[in-house]
Amino acid sequence: MSENALGSIFGGAAGSLNLGTTTASEPASGPNGDGTVHNVIIVGSGPAGYTAAIYTARANLSPLLFASSISPGGDLMTTTEVENFPGFIEGIQGPELMTNIGAQAERFGADIRYEDVASVELEGPVKKVVLTDGSVFLAKTVIVSTGSEYRKLGVDGEQRLSGHGVSWCATCDGFFFKEKALAVIGGGDSAFEEALFLTSFASKVYLVHRRDTFRASDIMQKRALAHEKIEIILDSEVKTINGEDKVSSLTLTNVKTGAETQLEVEGVFVAIGSDPRTDLVKDQLELSDAGTIAVQGRSSRTSIDGVFAAGDVIDPTYRQAITAAGSGCVAAIDAQHYLESL
Amino acid sequence: MAQQVTDATFSDEVLRSDKPVIVDFWAEWCGPCRMVGPVIDQIGEEYGDKVKVLKLDVENNPATAMKYGITSIPAIYVFKDGEVAKQTVGAKPKAALEQEFAEFLK
Repeated sequence: MSENALGSIFGGAAGSLNLGTTTASEPASGPNGDGTVHNVIIVGSGPAGYTAAIYTARANLSPLLFASSISPGGDLMTTTEVENFPGFIEGIQGPELMTNIGAQAERFGADIRYEDVASVELEGPVKKVVLTDGSVFLAKTVIVSTGSEYRKLGVDGEQRLSGHGVSWCATCDGFFFKEKALAVIGGGDSAFEEALFLTSFASKVYLVHRRDTFRASDIMQKRALAHEKIEIILDSEVKTINGEDKVSSLTLTNVKTGAETQLEVEGVFVAIGSDPRTDLVKDQLELSDAGTIAVQGRSSRTSIDGVFAAGDVIDPTYRQAITAAGSGCVAAIDAQHYLESL
Repeated sequence: MAQQVTDATFSDEVLRSDKPVIVDFWAEWCGPCRMVGPVIDQIGEEYGDKVKVLKLDVENNPATAMKYGITSIPAIYVFKDGEVAKQTVGAKPKAALEQEFAEFLK
């Protein structure tokens, strides 16, 4: 992980040009509210939010983006090598990619702030965004790109042993499992990436998957199958995570035979996908059956005029950095067309 | 900036402290640790009269992390009278940490 890439995310936002913003009749309140009605406020700072910021900034809409105080850059900030983002022949580190996309948005005047949004009021021609410190910001359009959060297994022992053997971040926690046996749960690219990463610390990595086929790309599967430290356990679900003060074993159930087995490991990394992060908006915007924010057709238009959504929060299927970035572009263009129609 | 504590100084600085001590277990390679680091510094500045706030680099001080069975960072622990009084794992915004540690910040 590049030190400079992470360091520079705190490098501060370029000054907003504030083109085309108008003064509100009732000034926004709170310690840091600015009393103007912005064209666009973007909530969320993964590939979707930052790409929306690039496009809206280049359209002279002076976007204001709230990136959160502790997870700016989104999920890619805790990954290692990203090999499938177009344009990087040898791949790029996830944190570096995100820092670059953010800096690219700032170059065109996007105002990126490392603050947390507490609530939103999306109805009506002027939307309200309230930060955790009480500051109120107003905008004609809001782009919601809040991403997704790690899905939990929901089994006994998971919560209790979280931080004591149960982990969601291989790059953070692999260090603690030198020469130890580990399990990674999941069958997608992120599970394979974590398993491969963890082989540099662990003595053994079991990859436990509940089906007999994987969603992960062929190249990742081939690498894992060829790795001497990785052993694949198919058709198996985690029933419980066992251990008194720390993880000592997993109880696995074979989904085809019903047989139970004990797998002795000192760590378990959960990589079974993620759920859309809709808490902020779920009482105001229509959601799909999959729990994502519902959008109209191939657009980013939500159930409320002037509110657009992009990235993992609308995507139950693909969830890639590049699809999120493309989705952010769609939201920016939709917001621009909406503003032109006012 | 919060002071660093080491395996060697942990007993004196943390376990024998009169005040409750917040310890942020972190490492250079851990992205979320670097995000929450400045938040820990702010809590130290703001509540310095109530609690002592320290950071422990787990890479160079593995014994203390191992003693408390820490396998995920950032791990933010509160020690009171030599015992773990509260613990939380993962980077969280300042307001969330203030809420979790409210009893020690009053």
